[in-house]
Amino acid sequence: MSLDPSHTQSPHLGLFVSGLCKSYGPVQVLADASFEVRPGEVVALLGENGAGKSTVSNIIAGSTKPDAGSMIWRGKPYSPASPAAAIDAGVGMIHQELKLLPDLSVAENVYVGRLLMRGGRIDRAAMNARASAQLKRLGLDVSPERKVGTLRIAAQQQVEIAKALTLNAELLIFDEPTAALGSEETELLFKQIRKLKAEGMSFIYISHRLDEVAAIADRVVVMRDGRIVARHERADVPVRAIVEQMVGRSVERMFPPLSEPGSEALLEVENLSSPERSFQNVSFSVRAGEILGIAGLIGAGRTELVRAIAGADPISSGSVRVAGKPVHLTGPAAAIKAGVVLVPEDRKAQGVVLDQTIGENLAIGNFDHVAPNGWVFPKAVQKFAEAGIGRLGVKGRPNQAISKLSGGNQQKVIIAKWISRPPKVFILDEPTRGIDVGARAAIYDVIAELARSGMAVVVVSSDLEEVLGLSHRVLVLSRGRQRGILDRSEASNVAVMELATS
Amino acid sequence: MAVSNGASELKAGPNAQAAAGAKLSALFAGTMGPLIGLVLLCLALSLTTDTFLTVRNILNVLDQVTVLGIMAIGMTLVILIGGIDLSVGSVLALAAMVMGFVAHPDHLNLGMPAGIVTALVVAGLCGLVSGLLVTVTRLPPFIATLAMMSVARGVANMITDGSQIIGFPDWFTSLSIIRHFGFLSVTVGLMIVLAIIFAIFLNYRATGRSLYAIGGSAEVARLSGIPVKSLTNWVYAVCGVLAGLAGIVLAARLDSVQPSSGFGYELDTIAAVVIGGASLSGGVGSIGGTAIGVLIIGVLRNGLNLLGVSPFIQQVVIGVVIALAVATDTWRRRAQ
Repeated sequence: MSLDPSHTQSPHLGLFVSGLCKSYGPVQVLADASFEVRPGEVVALLGENGAGKSTVSNIIAGSTKPDAGSMIWRGKPYSPASPAAAIDAGVGMIHQELKLLPDLSVAENVYVGRLLMRGGRIDRAAMNARASAQLKRLGLDVSPERKVGTLRIAAQQQVEIAKALTLNAELLIFDEPTAALGSEETELLFKQIRKLKAEGMSFIYISHRLDEVAAIADRVVVMRDGRIVARHERADVPVRAIVEQMVGRSVERMFPPLSEPGSEALLEVENLSSPERSFQNVSFSVRAGEILGIAGLIGAGRTELVRAIAGADPISSGSVRVAGKPVHLTGPAAAIKAGVVLVPEDRKAQGVVLDQTIGENLAIGNFDHVAPNGWVFPKAVQKFAEAGIGRLGVKGRPNQAISKLSGGNQQKVIIAKWISRPPKVFILDEPTRGIDVGARAAIYDVIAELARSGMAVVVVSSDLEEVLGLSHRVLVLSRGRQRGILDRSEASNVAVMELATS
Repeated sequence: MAVSNGASELKAGPNAQAAAGAKLSALFAGTMGPLIGLVLLCLALSLTTDTFLTVRNILNVLDQVTVLGIMAIGMTLVILIGGIDLSVGSVLALAAMVMGFVAHPDHLNLGMPAGIVTALVVAGLCGLVSGLLVTVTRLPPFIATLAMMSVARGVANMITDGSQIIGFPDWFTSLSIIRHFGFLSVTVGLMIVLAIIFAIFLNYRATGRSLYAIGGSAEVARLSGIPVKSLTNWVYAVCGVLAGLAGIVLAARLDSVQPSSGFGYELDTIAAVVIGGASLSGGVGSIGGTAIGVLIIGVLRNGLNLLGVSPFIQQVVIGVVIALAVATDTWRRRAQ
């Protein structure tokens, strides 16, 4: 923090990045990237996965070295040799996956690597006091002696920010800071960013959520294929314009037209409650060919609800009927047998076996189909996999490692896994999380197609646009309670948020 | 029509090739490195000794690895699902002591068949308890089987208060001595048959493939409807039964059973599986690889004996081989 207020006005004090290039082997991931970050402003860096945002931010934060180009930071040439050198120069980065030690206290985390010492012993009192002061500056009332692992993700993120503040950071790079935050927590983060901004700090803000960018950023830089393709002096650029610059083509529509649902109720949920009370007395039904969106803040119980319906978590009371027949929810196997399938929230941990091929991933859970007598022959797996791959247009071959696929294609494999049964109820939890904007439309088309083929579809999403664009009706949860079901005609941003925050 | 037929044929070509490739790579999945190591080892020993490459000596190696080989099959299953079983050495001893106690004329004298069956049941129960400790009590497999290792060893000692039981019927000891068709003892044959059965099971049975899925990601497997808990229980139970069977084979080879037998075998067994290319984090491994791992350990011991290397140096060499085998595997994977 500069003591002389005139410095924050000086044009020489920002970060100037010019002509940065970086290649890995023959692949150029960054070409001639130039932009500036002025003191006291938030610059949003947008682009699809692989556009070069991470490479740029890693270069600025000192963890990657550029092949060419130069930077000027606060009037001096700047080329950090390591993250530590960048931190010494006042540049810090808050990674998407927080880098904290869960079994150490808040204060120890803030001062890790440079614990305060007095007379050869750790000066816990001073550390606690100073960490506490930085947390208060962020408006966070947490004991500095508490173990970080016991804090919620949002609070952990603020410990990271407090850590950067004690390091006298003047430029902070945020990589997808709100990916794990609810909207109240996001609002708190924005408040803190605005406050620090007023004190003269600068921010580079990387996010996939374009609505947030409009709310927090002063300027926008759009990247594609390692190049900067657009610079906007204002943040209130129409979303479609930014998306088109990100994907490099015109986007006709994100959401497919929805077909008229049938009349038969395929999924009927009555007074469903969880043992941990993460949701209580939820009742709804979904007809054949209908898409029901489930909206709510983080922690509202959306994921818990759909996991319970899919048999993944136990319930304490209530009932689920599929096509009129009650389902005894003893586990995922029972739900699958009854025709209820789930595309889980966390693709890498719950959706795919990363060590295995596309074919093997498709065969898991379908051995009754691939191997009717219990004999699994490679040819049968191959045939089954080709059918699934062809049906959903996955860009890959059955014997290719699934870890080599993009997120969108992995998601299609998970959907393809279930599609051949065919299921009666298809549940998708955060179907486009971590998937490029350009690839999302294809997933939406698949979801609409599931409904068109007569399944009852349930979509949980934190992306409100997605829920509104994709659903016939929207069920809103708040703190585990069902606040209402809105029809497509009455569901709007405002209407949903009103219920979600009630 | 003709055009579309031509197109589909064109398509079928690479697909058929890919299928054949997938088959080959499935059989040798992750075992190429260990296989080359085994071949080089055999070559080196053939050149440095006149006795290694004789039928008699090769049959000796097979005899010597039967106990290790049978246990390693069970351990392969456990490691495949991301577990570990430290109790196999103790369960081997317990099963052998139970068999001796039930069958031997000085004790219960109920006959060998009753002894063998009881031994296998007890061994299976030990495995099942380990499995339940993992799936129901949710102990980490390392701790659950460490506990079983101690309990089984203690019970093995309690049966005769620590003393050995000597002398079994001739037909029993001849199982490991008489070589039918001039080369195959019953015990070696048993090991080979078990290896083939379990290789087929893992490669071509839905349940076997499910074990790979569990090891790759237990949560993905569970959400896909695979009964992860019951399969885990089964795998530990089977591993126990195979350890018990190894104890019976050892009894036939030694014509005696003692509560201290099998001490430290769990580490040899784990080493064989890991040298064979299995990953301790689960999801990767095969019976073929384990067979190669078992043979590498067997050939190495045999060869070092032929060369007159002291057993202490042998331990050092085997330690180096374990480190080398796993390190080359890791480097190869990183290079890919």
